[in-house]
Amino acid sequence: MLEVRGLAFGFPGRTIGRDVSFALAAGEVLCVLGPNGGGKTTLFRTVLGLLESHGGAIALQGEALQELSRPEIARRVGYVPQGHTGYFAFTVREFVLMGRTAHLGAFASPGKRDIEVASRALDSLGIAPLADKPVTEISGGERQLALVARALAQEPRLLVLDEPTASLDFGNQVRVLERIASLARSGIAILFASHEPDHAFLCAHRALLLGEGRALELGAPRDVIRADTLERMYGVSVQVLPLPGGLHTCLPSIRRST
Amino acid sequence: MNSRAASYWVSGLALLGLVALAFAVGRYPVSPSELLAVLSGQPVTANVETVVLQVRGPRVLSALLVGAALAAAGTAYQGMFRNPLVSPDILGVSTGAALGAVLAIFLSLGILWTQLFAFLGGLAAVGLVYGVGSRLRGHDPLLALVLTGVVIGTLLGSAIALLKYLADPYNQLPAITFWLLGSLAAVSPGDLAAAAPFALVGLVPLLLLRWRMNLLALPDDEARALGVDTRKLRTLVIACATLMTASAVAISGIIGWVGLLIPHAARLLVGPDFGRLLPLAMLMGAGFMLAVDTLCRTLATIEIPPGVLTALIGTPFFLWLFALSRRSW
Repeated sequence: MLEVRGLAFGFPGRTIGRDVSFALAAGEVLCVLGPNGGGKTTLFRTVLGLLESHGGAIALQGEALQELSRPEIARRVGYVPQGHTGYFAFTVREFVLMGRTAHLGAFASPGKRDIEVASRALDSLGIAPLADKPVTEISGGERQLALVARALAQEPRLLVLDEPTASLDFGNQVRVLERIASLARSGIAILFASHEPDHAFLCAHRALLLGEGRALELGAPRDVIRADTLERMYGVSVQVLPLPGGLHTCLPSIRRST
Repeated sequence: MNSRAASYWVSGLALLGLVALAFAVGRYPVSPSELLAVLSGQPVTANVETVVLQVRGPRVLSALLVGAALAAAGTAYQGMFRNPLVSPDILGVSTGAALGAVLAIFLSLGILWTQLFAFLGGLAAVGLVYGVGSRLRGHDPLLALVLTGVVIGTLLGSAIALLKYLADPYNQLPAITFWLLGSLAAVSPGDLAAAAPFALVGLVPLLLLRWRMNLLALPDDEARALGVDTRKLRTLVIACATLMTASAVAISGIIGWVGLLIPHAARLLVGPDFGRLLPLAMLMGAGFMLAVDTLCRTLATIEIPPGVLTALIGTPFFLWLFALSRRSW
């Protein structure tokens, strides 16, 4: 599905990460963990072709990314950016329909099938009742789901979510993770970034630890998310505790000054 | 849905009423029945025919054209710059047109050349802003364009000031001042015929791309990730809006507020979807401009410059709209 080999990435004139390699198969979930400014968003934008790579290779379904046009990329990869405000007051339905752009000709407007696809995306995320509300007047969690619905309307094979749980309350975080797991079961490959190592334990098949300008670790969450790797990335001490049922959780230890 | 349809009907009917009114008032009133008679080719007095076909008719059509063109360009720009306070001259088209016109008056070139210089000056100014702004890499492309527009606008403004300073204060300076205030009083059928095709060429791509235009209101990364070549689309929109604004400014001089106020008001009625917004903004812009021009020639014994009147009406109306629209545009 997605294959990244020896990738160097960054902004024009400044490389911030190199030697990143990973592959992602259909139905697989990869969670990218890393400190603020560690390059998660920059990596994602490079994988989406929004930034030029500084070296290495990216292939989507076996085709080199730079050979693909913007609509061709958009038909394969859906992007859920970190939530924003500041849209014009499009309704949620109009907003989700924008996901159909790559399937439409330049002069076309969405047709019956596009509206069906958008409705299905809204239904699958449980936000159909919001369809006629303006995106500027729904909550942050609802807007996050609307962004996911828009990406699903692209009918992508790969979904890239940049910190989809940031700024969500506890319940909405869990709902987004459940959604990620069920989308993966439907055969979509998923790449997402998070600040919570627990999220990788909960729904990722593999985790990529991004720090110091490179991929520190790549593997099953229980193998790579360890006290020593977390300390190295974040500079704080952490316990990784096994739970009944094979799960794990991370608990930071707070240094108390006496 | 019903209130949206009502917006079109009300604006359309109001426009027709305004057209009838515009013929019926002023120095040579033409009643609606006389107007219909001329339009359907029935015999009327030579006077009435001259007023309708040579004087009032071209003026009414110019008001409609200028209002619709400025509103359409403003609608496109407000969506593209993701800002409801943007007017169609943000990239310097009006200042460039003004410099062109002022230069032509300074060189005593005559009215046709003044219009041509205004048109070309508007295109050249935006071309310069776009050329410089899109080379400023490493910045947000929209911000780079807007800032370049401001800076180059100031430069062109000082060139205008210099020409005004050098101009003959008895012949040229009044003509310059008059042009800068804008007016539809002297529009001839020929002016209209020359400007309309350019405005139409600018309008057609926007109508065809009406759905895709919505994507420009998203952050750049999102629009690109959804499959839009934002750079190409933005270049096309700038070209279209500039063509429309420049052709309007060439025949009317600079008339502010229409392109800022009308799209904003239309958006409050039908929402931000460009396909619904563009036709309504054009109807409302045409109606507003015609109403303003009709007032300009009937309020006083001398003609009031329409730019003055649009500002007088526009400012309080805009503040009221602004208070009315809560957090979303």
